[in-house]
Amino acid sequence: MSFKKSSAFLIFTAFLSGLLFGLGLIVAQMTNPAKVLGFLDVLGDWDPSLAFVMAGALVTLSMTQFFIKRIAENNVETVVNLSPVKAKIDAKLIIGSAVFGIGWGLSGLCPGPALVSLTSGLMGSFIFVSSMLLGFIAFKFIHHSK
Amino acid sequence: MTYLTVLSSLCGGVLIGLAATILFYFNHRVAGISGIVAGLFKPWQYDSLWRLAFLIGLIMSASLWYLMGGFIHIKLDASYSLLAISGLLVGYGTRLGNGCTSGHGICGLARLSPRSMVATACFMVTAGITVYWVRHVI
Repeated sequence: MSFKKSSAFLIFTAFLSGLLFGLGLIVAQMTNPAKVLGFLDVLGDWDPSLAFVMAGALVTLSMTQFFIKRIAENNVETVVNLSPVKAKIDAKLIIGSAVFGIGWGLSGLCPGPALVSLTSGLMGSFIFVSSMLLGFIAFKFIHHSK
Repeated sequence: MTYLTVLSSLCGGVLIGLAATILFYFNHRVAGISGIVAGLFKPWQYDSLWRLAFLIGLIMSASLWYLMGGFIHIKLDASYSLLAISGLLVGYGTRLGNGCTSGHGICGLARLSPRSMVATACFMVTAGITVYWVRHVI
């Protein structure tokens, strides 16, 4: 087993990814629910910042993915297949996303920023994250999925 | 209210893009936060390790930021009961819809996944309507 595929290395890269992801959210101030709500409040005092965060992330990821795929074409060992497993657009996708949007709009918190804000020691973050985890568990119970 | 911050938003976005690249290239995984965390609610398995490592990194990022002398401004106006409802809806909705802002809104869109385009449109619209309703109607 090569070093690149060893479990310790993959745990490190996952950790590094999480760390960078969180720093990105912090730098972009997406950890501030007021800023997120400012973006969602299109008809109020609109703060378009979140669009720039998404643009920065999308352009970066699209470019790196493009190069990774080109490398993969020339190297059988690093073939990356991330084509969506569930390609169907169904009611679950639409209803689930709609419900998520309502929850997001109520507080300005989505999963990533909420988890990053946990260390701030705010009671509100704690309540949100606990409820979110309850929501995950509720889904499993309701839909009997694995 | 908050104001447009172009540079810090772009820089943060680039960091998020790089983070997703690392997970994509090395772990062959999509950096969708809700999916990564929800995947931990299973009996412990080998797959849980990278999820836990990602989550620890994500939570520790704030500590690292404080260590570097940074400050994180968090203005959370929602009441505790509203936060509880919001959290439940976010948790349940992201599982039913199979992703959140990161999984659909960033990774899925970068992959040009039609499902993620539909999902992102859905949650952006309902979130916008919710904010409008909360701020301007009631």
